[in-house]
Amino acid sequence: MDELLLRELTPAVIGVLVRRGADFATAEDAVQEALIQAARTWPDGPPADPKGWLVTVAWRKFLDARRAEVSRRDREQRAEAEPPPGPAETADDTLQLFFLCAHPSLTPASAVALTLRAVGGLTTRQIAQAYLVPEATMAQRISRAKRTVAEVRFEEPGDLATVQRVLYLVFNEGYTGDVDLAAEAIRLTQQLASMTDDEETEGLLALMLLHHARRPARTRRDGSLVPLAEQDRSRWNTSLIAEGVAVLQAALARDRLGEFQAQAAIAALHADAPRAEETDWVQIVGWYDELLRLTGSPVVQLNRAVAVGEADGPAAGLAALATVDPGLPRYTAASAYLHEKAGDLGTAARLYADAARSAPNLPERHHLTRQAARISQALRG
Amino acid sequence: MAKYLLLKHYRGAPEAVNCVPMDQWTPEEIQDHMQYMADFAARLEGTGEWVDGQALSPEGTFVRYDGEGRPPVTDGPFAETKDLIAGWMVIDVDTYDRALTLAGELSAAPGAGGKPIHEWLELRPFLSAPPTVTE
Repeated sequence: MDELLLRELTPAVIGVLVRRGADFATAEDAVQEALIQAARTWPDGPPADPKGWLVTVAWRKFLDARRAEVSRRDREQRAEAEPPPGPAETADDTLQLFFLCAHPSLTPASAVALTLRAVGGLTTRQIAQAYLVPEATMAQRISRAKRTVAEVRFEEPGDLATVQRVLYLVFNEGYTGDVDLAAEAIRLTQQLASMTDDEETEGLLALMLLHHARRPARTRRDGSLVPLAEQDRSRWNTSLIAEGVAVLQAALARDRLGEFQAQAAIAALHADAPRAEETDWVQIVGWYDELLRLTGSPVVQLNRAVAVGEADGPAAGLAALATVDPGLPRYTAASAYLHEKAGDLGTAARLYADAARSAPNLPERHHLTRQAARISQALRG
Repeated sequence: MAKYLLLKHYRGAPEAVNCVPMDQWTPEEIQDHMQYMADFAARLEGTGEWVDGQALSPEGTFVRYDGEGRPPVTDGPFAETKDLIAGWMVIDVDTYDRALTLAGELSAAPGAGGKPIHEWLELRPFLSAPPTVTE
């Protein structure tokens, strides 16, 4: 049985139920139950019309739930069990679901969870595993999220930027459990891009594809990090790079630059260099300037300082770093890197050890400790 | 089966025998240490004794309730505080002796010069749920 096909059908089936008059929360539960039943029964006899099957079963589940609810509320009055002749589903239903699940009234964590379940068709257990929390916790997060958006009209116009941020968060979570969240984020962003006409959605998709292309080279077998300059570029996925570059070029051609397009452009320039030494750092600095103009973000300033160090030499990089807030995460690591390039090995070793102590995750801590150790060893001769 | 917490300290435990800080090791020594830790965890997963392991940032702070309607009081991080937990491992084993053996093995992880760190680990039994049969 094709699990991906099932998951791709999820938002459309929820859309059908909502069009027929089901409320979103109950419809979403009903579809989730239908998916579980499909996973159990389809391997023995897949239906000829998978979507029709899911709609029928999910609608039955919805009616069961509503009947149970009604009989709880009022055993005297039986509700009409047949579906009201509502309007047929429309192609926009899936897009409306994206908007609903990323509604601004939701916290980012809730929006992510709801999107993965209602649009992505993942089970609560899979989402819980991906985020390393107990299943009961994730179930609560999802049902609270559904209560939060209960009053939102399904047709309400949504904001693409909030959907993009949710998908970006999912992508950045990467790969922790048995679900590949990066691949899932790409699938959903592709779906979003196909339904909309928006250059930033395309920029986001390009950014994801270009970063995903490097994943095989980014970590060693033991999980340790390989910095960009040391990655075995023959292990980059060239077809993902080609796809990412094509998507980016189409977006840039429309001349409405945004944050994701600029980030993707930087990733594309890295992807374009056959060897690290051939990286076009001057152009990369140019894109960081654009990004800084668009966002004013201090994190961009920090990354820009490192790029300046590559383009114009470590002294220029350190000068650029001097204008950046030293309290930023990874500031010390960037400073260590630039000091090493400038030949100040003692300072670099000390800063790398400091950076390791404040690293936000274990692979980074190990990487920074190793850098400190490498330089200290060289200093000892 | 009984659960035990193995606590690793940044500070607060008696000093290890081989206490050279990690950034003064060679990169190969770091690699060997990481490998030892990964193998240890994998072996416990294999024997069905592994429960959990987490590392903590050395950054942290103390927080205290300061009465209705007032923001919590936060202090620190206290540089002078003796104890600072670096991380933990939870194991589920048959006997106390088994827990001691495993803690000893973990403390023997290689450090500077490839020699065991002989680090002090704190071993703490979990208080469990009461048993069903009590008489």
